[in-house]
Amino acid sequence: MMATSYSAKDEDGQITVSGGGGGSLRSRKPENTAFKQQRLPAWQPILTAGTVLPAFFIIGLIFIPIGIGLYVTSNNIKEFEIDYTGVDTSSPCFNCSQSFSWNSSRPCTCTIPFYLEQPYEGNVYMYYGLSNFYQNHRRYVKSRDDSQLHGDMDSLLEPSKECEPYAKHDNKPIAPCGAIANSMFNDTLELFFNDPNGTKVQIPLANTGIAWFTDKYVKFKNPGGDNANLTAVFQGTTKPVNWRKPVYELDKNTSNNGFINEDFIVWMRTAALPTFRKLYRTIKDSKMVPTLPRGNYTLEVVYNYPVRSFEGRKRMILSTISWMGGKNPFLGIAYLTVGSVCFFLGVVLLVVHHKCGNRNNSADISN
Amino acid sequence: MERLHWVQHRCRHLLDGDSGRGWYSAPNGLPNKNFSETHGSPQRVNGKRRTVFARHGPHQQDYEAVSRNYKGNAIRTTKYSLLTFLPMNLFQQFHRAANLYFLFLALLNWVPVVEAFQKEITMIPLVVVLTVIAIKDALEDYRRYLFDKKVNNNVVRVLCGKQKAYVQRCWKDVQVGDFVRLSSNEIIPADMLLLYSSDPRGVCYIQTSNLDGETNLKQRQVVSDLPFQGAELTLENFKSRIECENPNNDLSRFRGYMEHPNGVRVGLHNSNLLLRSCTVRNTETVVGIVVYAGHETKSMMNNSGPRYKRSQLEKRLNTDVLWCVLLLIVMCLTAAVGHGLWMKNLKDPIFQVDGETSPALAGFYVFWTMIIVLQVLIPISLYVSIEIVKLGQIYFIHNDLALYNEQLDSRIQCRALNITEDLGRIQYLFSDKTGTLTENKMVFRRCSIFGIEYPHEENARRLEVYEAERNEAERNEASGRSVTLKSGCSGKSLSCRSLSCNRSSVSLHTLTNEAEEEEDQLTDHIQRRTSAFCSRVAREVVPDPELVRKLSWLCSPGLTLSDGSFRTPSSLELTYITDFFLALAMCNSVVVSSPGQPRHMVPEARGTPLKSLEEIKLLFQRFSFSPFSTLSPPQIRGSPHSFTSRLFASRKTGSFTFPTPPDSTADRSEPGPENHLEASNLTPELDLPSREDEGAGQAEERVDDITEYAQLSPEERDLTREVDSDDELLYEAESPDEAALVHAAQAYRCTLRGRSAESLLVDLPGIGSLAVKLLHILPFDSNRKRMSVVIRHPLSGQVVVYTKGADSVIMDLTEAPKGAEQAQEIYGHIREQTQKHLDSYARDGLRTLCIAKKVLEEEEYEVWLKRQLLAESSIENREELLLESAQRLETGLTLLGTTGILDRLQEEVPETIEALQRAGIKVWVLTGDKKETAINIAYACKLLRANDQLLTASCGSKEACVALLHELRLEVQRGEDSHTEAGNHGKSSSDSGASFVLVIDGRTLDWALQEELKNDFLELSCRCRAVICCRSTPLQKSRVVRLIRDQLGVMTLAVGDGANDVSMIQVADVGVGISGQEGMQAVMSSDFAVSRFKHLSKLLLVHGRWCYSRLANMILYFFYKNVMYVNLLFWYQFFCGFSGSVMTNSWVLIFFNLLFTSVPPLIYGVLDRDTPADTLMELPELYRDTQTSKVYVPFMFWITVLDAFYQSLVCFFVPYFAYAGSDAGDLSLGSPINASALFIILLHQVIESHTVTWIHALVLGFSAGLYFGFVLLFSLICVTCSPPTNPLGVETLQMSQPLFYIVCALTTVMALLPRLLFRALHNTLHSTAAQTDNADSEKYRRKMQRWNLKHSRDSRVPVCVDNPGLEPNTASVMS
Repeated sequence: MMATSYSAKDEDGQITVSGGGGGSLRSRKPENTAFKQQRLPAWQPILTAGTVLPAFFIIGLIFIPIGIGLYVTSNNIKEFEIDYTGVDTSSPCFNCSQSFSWNSSRPCTCTIPFYLEQPYEGNVYMYYGLSNFYQNHRRYVKSRDDSQLHGDMDSLLEPSKECEPYAKHDNKPIAPCGAIANSMFNDTLELFFNDPNGTKVQIPLANTGIAWFTDKYVKFKNPGGDNANLTAVFQGTTKPVNWRKPVYELDKNTSNNGFINEDFIVWMRTAALPTFRKLYRTIKDSKMVPTLPRGNYTLEVVYNYPVRSFEGRKRMILSTISWMGGKNPFLGIAYLTVGSVCFFLGVVLLVVHHKCGNRNNSADISN
Repeated sequence: MERLHWVQHRCRHLLDGDSGRGWYSAPNGLPNKNFSETHGSPQRVNGKRRTVFARHGPHQQDYEAVSRNYKGNAIRTTKYSLLTFLPMNLFQQFHRAANLYFLFLALLNWVPVVEAFQKEITMIPLVVVLTVIAIKDALEDYRRYLFDKKVNNNVVRVLCGKQKAYVQRCWKDVQVGDFVRLSSNEIIPADMLLLYSSDPRGVCYIQTSNLDGETNLKQRQVVSDLPFQGAELTLENFKSRIECENPNNDLSRFRGYMEHPNGVRVGLHNSNLLLRSCTVRNTETVVGIVVYAGHETKSMMNNSGPRYKRSQLEKRLNTDVLWCVLLLIVMCLTAAVGHGLWMKNLKDPIFQVDGETSPALAGFYVFWTMIIVLQVLIPISLYVSIEIVKLGQIYFIHNDLALYNEQLDSRIQCRALNITEDLGRIQYLFSDKTGTLTENKMVFRRCSIFGIEYPHEENARRLEVYEAERNEAERNEASGRSVTLKSGCSGKSLSCRSLSCNRSSVSLHTLTNEAEEEEDQLTDHIQRRTSAFCSRVAREVVPDPELVRKLSWLCSPGLTLSDGSFRTPSSLELTYITDFFLALAMCNSVVVSSPGQPRHMVPEARGTPLKSLEEIKLLFQRFSFSPFSTLSPPQIRGSPHSFTSRLFASRKTGSFTFPTPPDSTADRSEPGPENHLEASNLTPELDLPSREDEGAGQAEERVDDITEYAQLSPEERDLTREVDSDDELLYEAESPDEAALVHAAQAYRCTLRGRSAESLLVDLPGIGSLAVKLLHILPFDSNRKRMSVVIRHPLSGQVVVYTKGADSVIMDLTEAPKGAEQAQEIYGHIREQTQKHLDSYARDGLRTLCIAKKVLEEEEYEVWLKRQLLAESSIENREELLLESAQRLETGLTLLGTTGILDRLQEEVPETIEALQRAGIKVWVLTGDKKETAINIAYACKLLRANDQLLTASCGSKEACVALLHELRLEVQRGEDSHTEAGNHGKSSSDSGASFVLVIDGRTLDWALQEELKNDFLELSCRCRAVICCRSTPLQKSRVVRLIRDQLGVMTLAVGDGANDVSMIQVADVGVGISGQEGMQAVMSSDFAVSRFKHLSKLLLVHGRWCYSRLANMILYFFYKNVMYVNLLFWYQFFCGFSGSVMTNSWVLIFFNLLFTSVPPLIYGVLDRDTPADTLMELPELYRDTQTSKVYVPFMFWITVLDAFYQSLVCFFVPYFAYAGSDAGDLSLGSPINASALFIILLHQVIESHTVTWIHALVLGFSAGLYFGFVLLFSLICVTCSPPTNPLGVETLQMSQPLFYIVCALTTVMALLPRLLFRALHNTLHSTAAQTDNADSEKYRRKMQRWNLKHSRDSRVPVCVDNPGLEPNTASVMS
């Protein structure tokens, strides 16, 4: 595919000339090695239309099938998205969204019905999605203390100053400290299947297995090691300002409580882009087959999280996943496009090669 | 220190972008640069004197008082000590703008509001750079330390005060005022005043090769009129006080006086001073008193580091760096404004950490944060990388076999480390002629005496044979058999590899371990040089039969004094001939030695029988009417000094039989030249005709003579007995012309046998050895262009001045004698004829010298002598006075004749010049020779071709010059017009056609270089294919180079071999010294030193092009790499509210540039070969690509930047879209972006590389491996480290997902597609340079020729870029 040539490796060996007559003067003659004489055998990628066009065809031939595969895979993924921000007055959550305070004691609940047109098979993942939420803001991203989250007692009581201004409250260290933790998503989402026979079945949502393995078992650790009594462990700390309850009351399950609460862990992995989703629950052991059959559902939201102030949106997403992750037609299309372009360029190069390359060749041959 | 200067220099050019061109610092501020231009000019020590007393001597108190501030002899060239290393090194390093920039960034990162990364991370680049350079500096310094230690601990014998004897001391313990005793071959530890020499004449020889590279022995003289003799030189005796100037760096000047207790002052000058690091030769013992020690010695003060020139490319680079700075500022401003706006639109978001900051202030903070984040955009590492790459390039240039000279065993020396790529951009080449184009191995070719020419045809034939033989040898060499042309005098011992003077020129080179080798090379190579002077071909001059016949008349018994006979030369002619050869033998500064004996101990007299001197004397006296002697009776007895006269007077009128004129005329010419050459070079046929006559009868006489005429030391007298033991005399001359002339004289048996300070021993044909009292030598200088000796004539006893010099000068100084009309007529005839011969010699390309004579009357001489002595002894204005005195003497000369010396072209000079011209380099020859000689050489080296039109500019006045230039321009215009017409009519215009060559002489050049005329001159010279400047002075040479360089803005290269080329070499952008026959001054001031002219073609066409294209490509690549990578971060800002976040772990971010992608470009910059060497040599036209800087032009820079933008867009947005809306964390997004950026950057290099060797593959693989290894390891073990971008688990998770690879593949392909397509289409459509396969190079060559044909018309148009006043016809050249 490309012209390769190996210059003859004529390594004559080292010629040493010793000065005659006793005093052995080292000759200054440079060594005649391929390296020193810059004669290393080299592959010379001479990129001409002729040599490159096979590459283009090959890329085209590889990319187009991949693109088709990706496209099909992406299309097979089922995804349902519902915006429950409550911007419209007609929206069930409008009221909740209007009256918000972090410290309101009365939870505002809203119920959103929706209809799934397709049955969802296999594992179904439930996400919450936020838009216009800059979790990647530089100051925000920094505002955490990894040592504290790793269970370091010193950091627990003396959080890193990166956490400022969420390091201490009322002279007590905040656990977990920092803006990220402070702004943790705290809506509660519950899903009900409205059976055609009229019963309302709650879909079991698993709140474990949603965080990364390394995060859960390596990076995040409760202080005090295996001490199960988290209340004692977190003694002397205070909850983040916006939280309703302290960190050791996030879950009843001790293996999902405190810093190793998976909702918390997921939240702490800051999203790359201002529009993002985070895994909220998995639907694995639903007794139904398929996991989520076609039909009417109700989403019950305990509406706590304020996004209206910065024109953010909140969504609930149900999705199945494939080997390539969630639904994303972009890659498939991109592969198809690039593959086709390569193929087309290959043809163009073929033409060019026949026009110009031939001219050169014929000139050479005529000699 | 030089580091500091260099650092400052670097700073400066970082800061002001483009300052003056060719700027380089002479480290330590030493005027090394103008040292050779202005001998003896630095007047910095006026008024200040140094007083020296003997240490431990009688003036102990005085000694203590004055010597307190004098430095000891210990030297310390290290810059740091253990304690001071860290602070000083850091201090010096922070003079670099780059380091300051890093420091600034690091400090900026400590400001909490703008902090971008962890505080430590921004320190990494700084720490790495500082550490690398500190280690290098430390190594260099350690080497210097070791070297100093070695030097300081050398042992020397010093007179000890207590023991009253010479004891061994280390060099470092020597103090000013110490008496030091040295033996032969010892190295002088400090600058000493010579007080005693074992040589009876009070001379001592030193070799200064460590100092200036000249191997010929310099004679040094014991301080005159010492009140004590050497043997009794003890401390008690030495009560004198020495006053001399303060230490300075002028090697050729030393002034002072010694005041003896009795108040007598004796002048001291340079010939009394033994300089540190020179070697004592041929003198058994010398004793001196130290006047300057240690760092105050002249040699130490002359130390200078390597030269730092700024290459053109670097200047361009700096402008592009400035563009990058601009780009950076624009990007940061964008971010700042964006952040401000974004902030303004936010209303109390929960992710806002500090909501109180006003948007404007936040924007301001972000600006600085972004500067930290995007710091990589400024390719600071580029500067370090360029240096490393240049070192690598120099390593390869240095190791090139083609630039190695087998005979001299010398490689190319790269003295300037940082202008390698300028070699690839040379547009004008200025060459010296003698020694550069030619061998500078002068061979006597023919002569003219008394207006009669002696063509020496046998000699000519011999030279041809030699040429053929040499070619044969070369062919042999080429075919692989190693033939070493053993030069005739190689018997000279190379034993003492002397300690080279401590050059503190430690550079980056140290790391490559080459520096030492180079230094050795310098000294070593020089030692071979002298032998080249008396090469076989120079020695074996075949005499002209006619001249031999005439000369033999001198010896013949039937010496008739009748004039006019055709067969017999007139007596007048005979005296001319004798004088001519005497002048050849004596008017020089040649040192004689024979291989078996030390140099100066040449037999003082030969035992050849003396002829009837009386008769010959008679002959000379008979010509009292002759032009030279108006005073009739030679004052034989009158002059008390006259050795010779005493010698003559004491001789009894013996009836010596004249030996019959030897048949050697026939003998000599009969054994053909071949035999001569094949014969062992150690036995030249020098047998004097009288050898068999050396009968017992004369032996007595001989001994008598010897004892009588000179009170020789016993051992010398012994030596005189072993005469004839060998006839091999070695002449060590300062210039090869001298050697050639002495050898020529020797061929006529007018042999210089020996030389001492006061006399010369000369054999005369038919007469034998004569001791000639040498009264004065007025040495050669380039202003006078002549040298003279004043001697007492051995035959006539008169004071005679022999002058030899350039014909232009001598011809003006000679004048017709007063007196008889007949004599005047004869003289006029001689003059006329000689002029004719001179012209014809010049036409043949011979170097001409005129020999003249003047007879001084005693009174005249006395008068002159007084002035001369005054001049010699004066301390102030000595040089001027001496010059004046010399000029007074050298007037009214009588022309004897002229010589033609052949200086053969070096091998492959025509081919080289042709190749260079084909490469689009304009070759100018600047020579001091005559016009005719220059033109002839130009023809010989194909600079001029047969159908070239010669434009001669030679005029006597400025007005004429104006008119002439104008006229010539019109002529060129006409010629060009007709030429293009012819070309249009379908004639083949590919061959050279009629192009113009301008020949301009020195005087005209002076006018042409003036402000008003220089544009005319430039325009004219631009249209000529070549320009030859003859009769030009060193100053003119440099002015021409400067004019072209500055006015046309082109790259210039000057090549020369002698001291007269130094200024030119220094002015040119690239100075190349030819380490030839004339000392090392040119080499010392050059950037590159080669041994042959032909090496230039490989150096320029191959290495120059390679270096340039490599470096240019590497720089572009560096810009590309940085812009590409930094933009990824920039695009991310659009999605993080311009807050300065990064989606990458900050360690990876910093290391990406520093580690993962730093080595491949270096390899690329060192090893890439865009075109094979063979092709480049075969097709010099390819040089034009780089010459016009096709690779690195602003256009290319912007293309590169655009491509980088595109690639970064792809590299960012493909992952962006792939992960948009998903649950990917910021680092998860960064992971595929980083990985694909790495792939893109590495593969981009593969596309851009012209060659990929296993080294490339290895390094590329290593880089990729390093990246993946690093990030994987980091993501495994980094649990709480590196907040806030803790990478734990990110990469491992990412790389376990197929999406990662799918994204990477797509990104890489998409990003590289345009570049690949562009390359492919470009190479296909413009199938020129890139299509150079070794296999079909022949095909390619033909193709190229056709291409040339097509382009030749455009390309012949001179390149006058940057000069709007000139023909703007340059666009076509670029095609």
